[in-house]
Amino acid sequence: MEKLPYEKPYIKKLHGGVMNKFGGRSGVQPVKSIDGVLVRTLIENYGSPVFVLSEKQIRKNYRSAYRAFSTRYPKVQFAWSYKTNYLKAVCQIFHQEGSWAEVVSGFEYQKAIGNGIPGNKIIFNGPGKSNDELKTAIENDSLIHIDHFEELNQLLALSEELANKPRVAIRVNMDTGVYPLWDRFGFNYENGEAWTALSKVVDSGKLQLVGLHCHIGTYMLTTDAYGIAANKLCALAFNCQTQLNHKIDYIDMGGGFPSTNTLKGAYLPGQDTVPSVDDFAEVITSTLLNFGFANEDLPTLILESGRVLIDDAGYLLGSVIANKRLSAGKKALIVDFGVNILFTSFWYEHQVSPAQDFMPHTENMAIYGPLCMNIDVIRESINLPLLNPGDHVVVHKVGAYNMTQWMQFITLRPAVVLIDEQQRTHLIRSNETLAYIEEQELVPTHLKNTK
Amino acid sequence: MKIKSNIATSENGFIFNPATGDSFSGNTMAAALLLAMKSGKTEREIKQEILDRYDVKADQLNRDWEDWMIQLKEANLLELEG
Repeated sequence: MEKLPYEKPYIKKLHGGVMNKFGGRSGVQPVKSIDGVLVRTLIENYGSPVFVLSEKQIRKNYRSAYRAFSTRYPKVQFAWSYKTNYLKAVCQIFHQEGSWAEVVSGFEYQKAIGNGIPGNKIIFNGPGKSNDELKTAIENDSLIHIDHFEELNQLLALSEELANKPRVAIRVNMDTGVYPLWDRFGFNYENGEAWTALSKVVDSGKLQLVGLHCHIGTYMLTTDAYGIAANKLCALAFNCQTQLNHKIDYIDMGGGFPSTNTLKGAYLPGQDTVPSVDDFAEVITSTLLNFGFANEDLPTLILESGRVLIDDAGYLLGSVIANKRLSAGKKALIVDFGVNILFTSFWYEHQVSPAQDFMPHTENMAIYGPLCMNIDVIRESINLPLLNPGDHVVVHKVGAYNMTQWMQFITLRPAVVLIDEQQRTHLIRSNETLAYIEEQELVPTHLKNTK
Repeated sequence: MKIKSNIATSENGFIFNPATGDSFSGNTMAAALLLAMKSGKTEREIKQEILDRYDVKADQLNRDWEDWMIQLKEANLLELEG
């Protein structure tokens, strides 16, 4: 006789009272494959945990964002934000699509050069640039975004020694009506510092002022802020043209568009609340078009979007290690990936799906990683079906920042796999080994193992 | 390990505690275990029955049994012993 299917015994207390006006979730669905490749196969071939990126989704995101802007404005250029994900294969997808590179350190700058990006298509942002790094950028004719007066003076000094006239932009911070006000990058608009810096650059005659840049925040939930920012940059550009007789080539609106992840403490899921790229495009481009520039004087619009272009193309696959009950009876699930590789679990409530069929009952539980640290919490509270050790789970929307901000801490960092548009899998970063980690270490002779 | 005698259970997993007014819903396995426990069978007999009828290994069942006891205790459905 065939045996009946088994599931863990489970009871759930029923609560009377007012119904939640949003109702319950219609049910968790298993996610057995990504872009047609089975989760089980991916884990068998590349280990658990493993990051998986969908090339198809990355290209789709880029094309739809580019279309949102280019159908509304004649001159649009995207520059891939390296810090969001600078794995070579990822950068190359964006470069193939037409993106320039936006880097914020000498290390990232060298990565862009290594990826074959011409110097004049690299935007060099960030508050910390050494003399050597600036020299290289000047020699390569890159776009240097000046963050503070020290850097401006540094560039003026360097321009004396070098043949090329550095191409620069001023980074501008401003009140865009949102909290917190990001006033740490660049020169302030309201107190006139941005205008002072801009005039100083133009008057020097040693630097070519080609652009204006802002980076007003991250995961911005209102499009209005971009309208205000675009308006202020346009005002600077317009005054520069009328008062200093100098035309600005481009306005760079930075990044900060949100992905559809749900922020911790948010009342509604991210995909119901965040504005779309089209919403942002509408506000930004209409501000630029309506400001009063002559058609031939319209500045190029540069965007440095990162998160919104890659977050939902990334998945983290992992396995269940154990189930346990906490002191008050709440269930906890221990999985084989921790916050050291899923940094974004500090601010997102990541969706986690089982990767196999399950029984219909769900239970509220916490998901903990394998680190022996109290902070290693993937989800504080999530309703999931009952999972057994060895079962697989899929964490969604992890493509942004996790593969750059991850830490080798307690455990090793896992492999990263790319699924191409033909559903073939490619290892794009191997999993770390003990030998790789210890390669940089040196032991003084008197401390060497003498056995 | 004994279910309180006044607890009412149904075959499809509905549980009611008239002393507190609490009600619970359980999955199929919970319903089967509750019925078996109410009939006065020992832990050993119940486990053997489950192993015979359901597709589960002994070590998995033993692990789940521990968790099951914690759930019943937490729900205040177990007779206090001693």
